[in-house]
Amino acid sequence: MSSKDVILGRIRSALSSGVDAPEIPRDYRRGEAKVDLDLLVERLTDYKAVVHRISAEKSGISAAILEILAEGTVVVPPGLPTDWLPEALEAIVDDGLTAEQIAATDGVVTAAAVAIVETGTIVLDASPDQGRRIISLLPDLHICVLRPEQVVASVPEGVARLDPRRPLTWISGPSATSDIELNRVEGVHGPRNLHVILLAA
Amino acid sequence: MRIALFATCLADTMFPAAAKATVLLLERLGHEVVFPAEQTCCGQMHINTGYQKDALPLVRRHVRTFEPYDVIVAPSGSCVGSVRHQHAMVAGADAGLAARATSVASRTFELSELLIDVLGVEDVGAYFPHRVTYHPTCHSLRVLRVGDKPLRLLRNVRGLDLVELPDAEQCCGFGGTFSVKNADTSTAMLADKMRHVLDTGADVCTAGDASCLMHIGGGLSRLRTGVRTVHLAEILASTEAS
Amino acid sequence: MTFLGMPARAPRGVGHLRGDESFPVAARKALANSQLRRNLQHATTTIRGKSGRVIAELPDWQELRSAGSALKAYTMARLPELLEQLEENVTAAGGVVHWAADANEANRIVTDLVRQTGERRVIKVKSMATQEIGLNEALEAAGITPVETDLAELIVQLGNDKPSHILVPAIHRNRSEIREIFLKAMPDVDPGLTDDPPVLAAAARRYLRETFLSTKVAVSGANFAIAETGTLAVVESEGNGRMCLTLPETLITVMGIEKLVPKWSDLEVFLQLLPRASTGERMNPYTSMWTGVTPGDGPQAFHLVLLDNGRTAVLADEVGRQALHCIRCSACLNVCPVYERTGGHAYGSVYPGPIGAVLSPQLTGVADNPSLPYASSLCGACFDACPVKIDIPSILVHLRNQAPHPRTEAAVMAAAAYTMDRPKLYASAQRAAKLARIAGRRGRGLPPPLNGWSASRDLPSPPKETFRDWWRSR
Repeated sequence: MSSKDVILGRIRSALSSGVDAPEIPRDYRRGEAKVDLDLLVERLTDYKAVVHRISAEKSGISAAILEILAEGTVVVPPGLPTDWLPEALEAIVDDGLTAEQIAATDGVVTAAAVAIVETGTIVLDASPDQGRRIISLLPDLHICVLRPEQVVASVPEGVARLDPRRPLTWISGPSATSDIELNRVEGVHGPRNLHVILLAA
Repeated sequence: MRIALFATCLADTMFPAAAKATVLLLERLGHEVVFPAEQTCCGQMHINTGYQKDALPLVRRHVRTFEPYDVIVAPSGSCVGSVRHQHAMVAGADAGLAARATSVASRTFELSELLIDVLGVEDVGAYFPHRVTYHPTCHSLRVLRVGDKPLRLLRNVRGLDLVELPDAEQCCGFGGTFSVKNADTSTAMLADKMRHVLDTGADVCTAGDASCLMHIGGGLSRLRTGVRTVHLAEILASTEAS
Repeated sequence: MTFLGMPARAPRGVGHLRGDESFPVAARKALANSQLRRNLQHATTTIRGKSGRVIAELPDWQELRSAGSALKAYTMARLPELLEQLEENVTAAGGVVHWAADANEANRIVTDLVRQTGERRVIKVKSMATQEIGLNEALEAAGITPVETDLAELIVQLGNDKPSHILVPAIHRNRSEIREIFLKAMPDVDPGLTDDPPVLAAAARRYLRETFLSTKVAVSGANFAIAETGTLAVVESEGNGRMCLTLPETLITVMGIEKLVPKWSDLEVFLQLLPRASTGERMNPYTSMWTGVTPGDGPQAFHLVLLDNGRTAVLADEVGRQALHCIRCSACLNVCPVYERTGGHAYGSVYPGPIGAVLSPQLTGVADNPSLPYASSLCGACFDACPVKIDIPSILVHLRNQAPHPRTEAAVMAAAAYTMDRPKLYASAQRAAKLARIAGRRGRGLPPPLNGWSASRDLPSPPKETFRDWWRSR
């Protein structure tokens, strides 16, 4: 008898007196709500992300990036639009870089899959403009470019937009800990600096 | 209205003033109070200490004693909590008893619930010229959910200076046999409760449960603080004449 | 049903579910440590405030609690089908699923998997399940070094200490104690280290960086597993979880069978409940979700170990089974007046506080943890705080009814019930108590165990007449 059979047998025995599966009450807030970009900025800022709001897409993005990082190297995913990057920065495209190579860069630039206003959360789903999970983890600076159509109001809307078969990373502010006296302190293992470039609607 | 008093074993034996006050208050408000003499104890101590089998005859007795009455009152959030949330469970397989217990429970009220929800009075015409702080006992607060009913009653007492108790919703540490089985932890909880009571500068600490008041009052007495504990019913029963 | 198919408790001699001493004895020591009490009071007060504020931001918190509670009850009712669905989906996505009937089997599976990689070191992201089964000890016995990467776990590991909280295992330490532990035990630490929390966090970052980059095997737990998709989720703050889940070649996840969630969309409930109830944040800094293996991204070998270790015995108890709904947020610890004063070590199990007091005795059998169901004043604060509405006070009362009772106490209780079922006898006992004044002056002469009362509290003087005497004389 395999352990699987043993465990499943135990569960069936434990439930043998008959247990009804209840209806799930879904009267919490679901469905589409109006997106408030100002609130998103407030929530991101509250958890120590730095937000840059810009209007024009092309030149605006590279100018904003340059303002965050004046010189140095950035790792970028293979699908990131090349015209986002200022010429002053050396962009290293991730084509299977080693962890050491990625860790040695000054920052990473990615797009995002979804952002959630209510919680100030950005989700990456490893699409070509976001890349492998490792590239947004090791550099100490993460610059994330967010388009307004990627922003939703609530967690249920965010979950509905995501594909669970992709590796997902939910990010709410820079790396932090509550382990010292239960106060939130920024800056542990993940990127200690999170900058969000938010394009205008 | 004809109201049956469930005095509770603790008030009956150790704190008769709380039960007497309940009678005098309700009579003053024009109601008839009866005391079914067959009553003893709701069995809460047995249930909460792990002796449901011993509690069963007590539950059966309680149900039998009180089922003839339409409205039942007890000056204790904790005992009403047991009647309402535990009696049917203790009855267990005896479905008939469980149904009868549920029915009795639906007609059983803690004093502040009876006054506000059933009798519709917030001003009972009391007079109590003292500085008072109110401790909302855990079972009144979180089992019965009496909310601010006791405070609404107290705010209408003439002469009474009501002062807010800091961290009021924290348990005083009584917990029935917890106070003996885990005496050290219970005492540590009591110490903080007493500190908060003393911080208010009140002369009197009141609550809707004689058990918690016995615990808090026992600590205040040991420390010779001069702060008295008085059951809510006694304050509400006080008048200028008394 | 065969004997093998009957629900079983967590075995003795392995793991950390049983303490060396009873709760009252352990609590007495903790209560004497005023630094500990101060640290706990400060930390729990902080978290209660934070959590209360972000919960108040959600107009539908109660509706979310109800949905979370129902989802967990649904999961338990459908557990066999959902587990098989999970296995199927994880396997289809390139993962390997293992079933572990108890701690010994889980430890053996993980140890063998690490051995097969040839590695001698694993990095770990904080996991209650691996603490429960004593995995670190099992790995060490096999010559494998487990490195805890969560800051609080690191503080515990460097301080040769034991965890005392589900979420923040070093909650009993304040910043100056943490500084001292780092100065003493962290290799190559800056001797000028201050007790400023960001400085302490930076020291941990520097210390673990190289280990993250060079270790090829990671062990994790899981907060949620989605049956419908085979997706696993780890909720964390520091990024140590992302490191463990992303950098190594092999990932081994150990998960209790109750951590299941039926559908992907059900996460919309739990991802709102968990961060607000646990760290008091709208959302924790990082949540990682993965389904099997993603070619070219993250670990290329993924093993999921499904753990029973007493859970099926909990499931068999109709009242107690709701303890399996726990999402390990630790809100019940943070609001518990008993936990706040005794700390987590007094509970003797990796699961302290109110949830531990109902979970540990059920996993081990009440006889192995007989004092835990009594480690509560039944104040009910835990029930109100629980994001999935586990009625902890009712389970405590239920377990007390199963607990072995001291013989003298049982005799006293039986005698009391006998008397109270006979009103005439009861009335004469009332009078006898009054006349005998057995308590002595203000109760100070009470015999054990009642002297626990009189050590710090006076007893009221017995009244001149009982209520029923007064009533009769009216």
